[in-house]
Amino acid sequence: MTAVNTIIHLLLAITLPPLLLGVINRTKAVFAGRCGAPLLQPYYDIIRLWRKGSVFSPVTSWIFKAAPVITMATTAVAALLMPLGNHPAPLAFNGDMLLFAYLFALSRFFTVAAALDTGSCFEGLGGPREAAYSCLAEPALFFSFIVLARISSSFSLSGMLNDFPLTVWFGSGAALLLMVGALFIILLAENCRIPFDDPNTHLELTMVHEVMVLDHSGAGFAAIMYAAALKLFLLGSLFVHITVPFRSGNFLLDWLAFVAAMLLLAVVIGMVESTMARLKLTRIPQLLIAASILAAFAMLLVLRQPS
Amino acid sequence: MNSFVDQLLVLVFLMNFIVLGTSRINIAIKVVAMQGMALGLVPALLHQFTLHLGLISAGMIAVKGFIIPWLLGRAIQSVGIKREDQPFLGYVPIMLIGAVATAFAFSFAEQLPLAPQHKGLLFVPAAIATLMTGCLMLVSRKKAISQVTGYLIMENGIFIFGLLLTEAMPVMVEAGALLDLLVGIFVMGIIINQISKEFSSIDTSRLTTLKE
Repeated sequence: MTAVNTIIHLLLAITLPPLLLGVINRTKAVFAGRCGAPLLQPYYDIIRLWRKGSVFSPVTSWIFKAAPVITMATTAVAALLMPLGNHPAPLAFNGDMLLFAYLFALSRFFTVAAALDTGSCFEGLGGPREAAYSCLAEPALFFSFIVLARISSSFSLSGMLNDFPLTVWFGSGAALLLMVGALFIILLAENCRIPFDDPNTHLELTMVHEVMVLDHSGAGFAAIMYAAALKLFLLGSLFVHITVPFRSGNFLLDWLAFVAAMLLLAVVIGMVESTMARLKLTRIPQLLIAASILAAFAMLLVLRQPS
Repeated sequence: MNSFVDQLLVLVFLMNFIVLGTSRINIAIKVVAMQGMALGLVPALLHQFTLHLGLISAGMIAVKGFIIPWLLGRAIQSVGIKREDQPFLGYVPIMLIGAVATAFAFSFAEQLPLAPQHKGLLFVPAAIATLMTGCLMLVSRKKAISQVTGYLIMENGIFIFGLLLTEAMPVMVEAGALLDLLVGIFVMGIIINQISKEFSSIDTSRLTTLKE
């Protein structure tokens, strides 16, 4: 049984992420009154890029070539730590949420380093921005982890998120609601979605993530795109675990519910993106600090509750 | 039932942060009105329904939720300002100070020598945090109208503290406090108008350069 679940976990983690991007783009297209790209377009893009040759600028060093590989590898390891559906992750140990958070930090560090490595002034703008935003988003993520650890009295992602009981929502609903709000802001910020960064623009000064990967091409760029999709998938499943605590007992039904919830989340993100404008650059730290305060306040509420 | 009151109080905490973080005076006024209405619901939920409690609740909701926002809305319309442009302290620092103040309110509430049945309730930290938020609004904003919202938030904080004593609080005292508040806001609205007529701005920091 565990083996079957592990195989399904791996299959979903490998195949599902680009579909989320496809669903988000389709939702945005429907909102704008267009018919939009096919749902599978991100897969085609990744395959097309994978086949192409890579061009490396002569001024870049090995960091630039290593960055896509490291980004891809760290995100793939993080995928092993995050439980999907109602099943424990293939890898689970005490404190794995720290590893989960800092694997993303490592991949971000190399993306930023590669952006600076190109020496392009344009990428020199995007790198520090990304670093600054993630600094501000990190406290919110960790406060949320503390809330989850306190509620479930477990220090591993699988323990925190699996069997997340519906009763917790009745007991400390207010704290959870605050935390869910903070997590949604983190989800959008970490994946550079719209109120923070526009994933569609390549040539505007406010963009953050896209500007850093401008110089990557071919298979390296495919790896970066895939890793970004996988990151959205993983943080999304963290969010879905808490907001949709649906447990049937039948393992197949649980998997189906999980996939449906993820697709629904993608639709919601698409709706947020089509109804909101990108924030002014100076407003972004304000929103991220608000998320941190929400999460910290949720932590205060949970900590003073006798467990 | 008590858990529902707790959720309302959490909402009150959140509204404190929204008021501290927003630069639009319109939104601040609306949020303070909603805070007043949320608090107006609390006494009715907390105890058995009586006429006295019903009157307090209805009065609170009517005055804080509708009449005061209407008065303030009229004041900003006649003055013609929409946002607080340059507060003494920026919005991010003030939100962080608000968060620290809230944390202090929680730890301070633990230290207070309260009656045993009031220990561990969310009321005391909510009251202290709301009072501090009002204080922060008063000292950090320049526009007179933002300071009025700060004053209203402080009054909300005092009301939360008073909720602990609702059984002992006669309706006349409560009505008197509401009337005071109403008259206060009314007078403030007129004063704001006068300030803006005299000085073509309601920036209170300019009043210090007054001469003669």
